[in-house]
Amino acid sequence: MPSFDAIIIGGGTNGLACAARLQTSGRKVLVLESGGAPGGGALGAEFAPGYRAPGLAHLVNMLDARVETGMDLSRHGLTWAATDLSSTALSATGDHLVLEGAAGEWLTGAVSAEERQAWAALRTELMDFADVLAPFKALTPPRLARGVGNNVWQLGKLGLRTRMMGKDRFREFLRMLLINVHDVLNDELTDPRLKGLLAHDAVLGTWLGPRSPNSLIHLLNRFAGQVAGKRASLAVPAGGMGAVAAAMAASVTASGVTIRTGAAVAGLIVEGDRAVGVTLASGEALRAATIISAISPKATFLSLLGPRHLDTGFVNRIRHMKSRGGAAKLHLALKGRPDFRGADLRSRLVIAPDEQAVELAFNAVKYGEAPDRPVMEILLPSAFEGGHAPDGHHVLSAIVQFAPCRDAVGTDAIRKRYRNQTLAVLEDHAPGITGLIVGEELLLPADIEARYGMVGGNWHHGELSVEQMFFLRPVPGIAQYQGPVPGLWLAGAGCHPGGGISGAAGWNAAERIVREVRS
Amino acid sequence: MRAKTAMKPDPRLHFRTPLLETPFHPRTSAASRLNSWGPWGGYTTVLEYDDLAMEHSAIRNAATVYDLCPMVKYRVRGREAAAYLNRLTVRNVTKLQVGSVHYTVWCDDAGKIVDDGTLFRLAEDDYRICCQERHLPWLLDSAHGFDVDVEEVTDDVAALSLQGPCSYAVLKAAGFDVAGLKPFRMTAFPFDGGEVTISRTGFTGDLGYELWTTPDQALALWDHLFAAGGAWGIRPIGSAALDMARTEAGFIITNLDFIPAHQALREDRVRSPFDMSLDWMIDWEKGHFNGRWALLAEREKGSEWAFVGLDIDGNVSAEHAIIYHDKKHEVGQITAACWSPTVKRNIALAHVKRPYHAEKSENLWVEIYAMRELQYVKLMLKARVCERPFFKPARRTATPPGLF
Repeated sequence: MPSFDAIIIGGGTNGLACAARLQTSGRKVLVLESGGAPGGGALGAEFAPGYRAPGLAHLVNMLDARVETGMDLSRHGLTWAATDLSSTALSATGDHLVLEGAAGEWLTGAVSAEERQAWAALRTELMDFADVLAPFKALTPPRLARGVGNNVWQLGKLGLRTRMMGKDRFREFLRMLLINVHDVLNDELTDPRLKGLLAHDAVLGTWLGPRSPNSLIHLLNRFAGQVAGKRASLAVPAGGMGAVAAAMAASVTASGVTIRTGAAVAGLIVEGDRAVGVTLASGEALRAATIISAISPKATFLSLLGPRHLDTGFVNRIRHMKSRGGAAKLHLALKGRPDFRGADLRSRLVIAPDEQAVELAFNAVKYGEAPDRPVMEILLPSAFEGGHAPDGHHVLSAIVQFAPCRDAVGTDAIRKRYRNQTLAVLEDHAPGITGLIVGEELLLPADIEARYGMVGGNWHHGELSVEQMFFLRPVPGIAQYQGPVPGLWLAGAGCHPGGGISGAAGWNAAERIVREVRS
Repeated sequence: MRAKTAMKPDPRLHFRTPLLETPFHPRTSAASRLNSWGPWGGYTTVLEYDDLAMEHSAIRNAATVYDLCPMVKYRVRGREAAAYLNRLTVRNVTKLQVGSVHYTVWCDDAGKIVDDGTLFRLAEDDYRICCQERHLPWLLDSAHGFDVDVEEVTDDVAALSLQGPCSYAVLKAAGFDVAGLKPFRMTAFPFDGGEVTISRTGFTGDLGYELWTTPDQALALWDHLFAAGGAWGIRPIGSAALDMARTEAGFIITNLDFIPAHQALREDRVRSPFDMSLDWMIDWEKGHFNGRWALLAEREKGSEWAFVGLDIDGNVSAEHAIIYHDKKHEVGQITAACWSPTVKRNIALAHVKRPYHAEKSENLWVEIYAMRELQYVKLMLKARVCERPFFKPARRTATPPGLF
């Protein structure tokens, strides 16, 4: 067994991004992936004979630009089946509203001139604010102390840039930063379809309703994302979501990184006061000077390392890190082409009749119940290219919110009810679709946790909420990707700036490791 | 039907008895001639029975009984009890044998002391922590990831401290053979249909024992000791006399000599084991324990404070006095002080900024405001850093102990 300078636990997007950046610094890197292939939540899988669906993520909208170009993903096989995807706010009567271009640059559908104008103004403002936030994503969060190695120059530059917006806009930025999306939508807009879609997008993947405090910042975070060089854009990779992970894996392999699949890490080896290696489930021990965990912080500290190697107060903070997942994943194998009352199937389809419907769907799960009318984001990979389903057949992939969380699921009854309510909503918008179903898979948060190791089924490995953002992520004290045990680093979605098919956290962590060891 | 056995009070009715009575209350209240009481851990306890000087004198010359019941007690049981306590406290618990006791402290993440106390190893996987303050939430949080049960048992144990040069003689007369019992060891005896455990521990720095039993045996045990100890002048003592004795012995009390990390409101009030000169207890080789990283860093960088004994000119007690270097610069404060009747010196325990505890300890002065008939008399007295304990008689550790 050759020796390595760094071992990365978890071969998901962030693990691979971290590996790529570290390898270019001259280190020998080993990536340990417990599954059969690297990719984590970016992987696709066959869920019914002949039908393949993206595992969790089905769109790319947050790919870190440093990762995309630094790993030269296009050279390693990443091409797009579609870019600049539109979003369709589905109507049960066929009166759809389509947001075209990046984050709805223009609207198609029956909508008043005043509303178009109002949306254009709001969109401009949101995009401006997203521009302010975007550079922070590529930054190691600062520590709230003096003389602790903060990048003062970079922080000062960003702070100054923010302030340079001018007094009025800066005040507006501060007002909007922590507000809820529901209030903003009702201040500025009137069209229920538009408000429903934006409210839905703001709370996608969170444990928040549109009326929950701080929900707007998630919309800003979304608009701060990019793919293929375009801000707030949506893209579908050719060959399915697995193609992103495959390209990343090909890139790191080409640069000399070793990836071992089927290598589940059972524990960390601590000697003296340093993390010096990992033990695999097989009992094999692997050692390296730098150990990087790209899996959930909770699993890293509570399972792999264990409380006895940590201080009680720190363990408390990790235990109290919130990690509830409200998103379920539905995959349907369809024997024909579904008809969403004429909607373009090569669009991102959103069922969220209005902002109230999104809030009501969240209300239920707060009390451990399943909502009557879930809201959802639908993508049909088979509408973009072949290979996902037999000819003439289709695959529907949907993120359905809000799903009863882990604690509520214990009976098959609630799962069955959630499935039935979801299909009822789908049937209302695409009459006859249930008759086309020949195979299905429903992953509730508990299933996502079991399959992907995402605690609580939360796809950010810990809720991305203001109190768990930036220097508070995953918990205060380790927000700089380091420690607390020397030799141990974090690089997963549980760190700043969170999850999604991005790689930003992994890249940031690698930058920090490279800088730290240099100094 | 009425219950025949005594029941624990309904906790919801706590407001009716803001201070509880200990199982020894019928005896302590009967002996309390001054009716001088003070709160301790939720119980009402005697500060002085009749005469402070006589009570203190009995600690050093006869045999004394002190009601220990309010001391907070936690039981720690389970397969990983030792591993749990090793992570919780700074000492190496695996070195503590069954039937033994050791003094220890435990810290928060920042390496600041949460509390100090004694740890009793009752059986292989069974320990008791005795301490001053309550912090069950911290103990339970620390239990996450360990196969261990932690519960507060303060109410389930009745305890007396029997201290003084004649304490061994009293026990012998009472039928308890503790001749071979070494300091920090314990042994159990059958008593009145129940059991009493006797440990050779105490808070006076003298020959002494602590007796542990169940509340239903409390009064019988008290009566038995007083019946056996009459010839040696056995008598109860209050907290005031004990406080003098413990100052002579150089022992510290949480919230009197340091503020526990979880209670301090001011950032600079917390103290590390280094600050309290208790770092000798830390086992750096045993593996991780709470505060280890912070304490390693402090060991590297140096500490701000030291905890010392002071010998002060004159005979005016210097409680809470400020310490100056060269009569000008504040360098510390006194937390406990008395004119010691035993060593006939004016003694104190104090926090002193380093290096005034050692290298620059030559020119230390204590400013005392002595209230004399409604006016402060301001004294600036010379103080010398000196060895603790101030009083350390050979009889304390002699085994078998002397039959005085």
